[in-house]
Amino acid sequence: MSNDKFSTPDISHLRQEDFEHVYEPAEDTFLFLDALVQEHDFLEKRKPTCCVEVGCGSGMCITFLAKMLGTSAAMYWCTDINPLAALAAKRTAQQNGVTVIPVLTDLVECLKPRLKHQVDVLLFNPPYVVTPPEEVGSSGIEASWAGGYHGREVMDRLFPQIPDILSPQGIFYLVIIKENKADEIEGIMKGYGYKMWTLLILSSTGFILWDSSQTLGIDVFSNILFPNVQVFLWAVEWSPYRIADEKAHSHNVIL
Amino acid sequence: MFTSPHGKGGKQDKMKLLTHNMLTSNIIKTVTNGYPLKIVPTQVEVKTVDFNPEFISRMLPKIDWPALCQAAQSVGHGEGLPEALTEKYEEDEMLLKKVHHVLMQVEVLEGNLVCPETGRQFPISSGIPNMLLNEDEV
Repeated sequence: MSNDKFSTPDISHLRQEDFEHVYEPAEDTFLFLDALVQEHDFLEKRKPTCCVEVGCGSGMCITFLAKMLGTSAAMYWCTDINPLAALAAKRTAQQNGVTVIPVLTDLVECLKPRLKHQVDVLLFNPPYVVTPPEEVGSSGIEASWAGGYHGREVMDRLFPQIPDILSPQGIFYLVIIKENKADEIEGIMKGYGYKMWTLLILSSTGFILWDSSQTLGIDVFSNILFPNVQVFLWAVEWSPYRIADEKAHSHNVIL
Repeated sequence: MFTSPHGKGGKQDKMKLLTHNMLTSNIIKTVTNGYPLKIVPTQVEVKTVDFNPEFISRMLPKIDWPALCQAAQSVGHGEGLPEALTEKYEEDEMLLKKVHHVLMQVEVLEGNLVCPETGRQFPISSGIPNMLLNEDEV
């Protein structure tokens, strides 16, 4: 796109060896950026003042959001449990001339009391790959993909915190795959009074994913190709607000 | 590992007091409030940041004022901050400039954030507060 605010953040400061420790932006990352572009008019109208990305990795998504909405309009926070990811995110923001504040914390832990009902935009591209549960819980690159049972172990810890941190007009964007059982997640969110809908679906024949039946490792990660993998980007927000706003905010699902 | 975009010997990473204002240590199992954290800086610097009164006005309702004053004092930049915010702060440009200074321009270069209840130290490294806990603290 010609408009600079929609251009993909420059990550030329990150080198291949950095991606041995930090998740390299991949198809799911770009799906997230596409979804944010699609949400631009809607988000701009809502004038968010507090945006947070959980598990930021290279910082691509939160940097893109900051570029798109403007650093002077809101504060942008990101968290990770991997020190190299937090540093990479800081560098990515600097490289693209925006201010993003990285914090090393688990999910939103140390920010939660102060950001109670303050978060207008929450981004999470979680570790969603189905893996043996024992692979969950590291702070290295594995943390960027290992989702354990149904690929849900990490995101399931965030879900109960969503009502505490989202503002009344807050919106939560989440990446999942089919194996994460979207209908179950929808049920959990509904229980909290949220409505959830699909924003974008990526059906890619070239998408790199991991075989849950194999022990995961870097080599496996970069070499196995699965045809017909679907990655979904979901949006979640309070249903009362959503209904009132339905007409102004219609979404297209791209298959 | 990550090369600074500002080149060799370029600017070092620091932490703003805005960051400090949002962090708590009540993630530690024995801690009830854990706020505000104490700042033990090794060095404090002042960086010039463009003054954006609208941004400061929008952030102020989210700022814990006593915590900001305390943090500003602990790094030697507390002078001139009123004890409480007036109602029409968005029209008070002098105040907004002062807030801009302490929130955006005063930066902590390395150092520690300290839990007010347990004394647990959280290091600030490359301007990033490390709030991760050990398993036995959760």
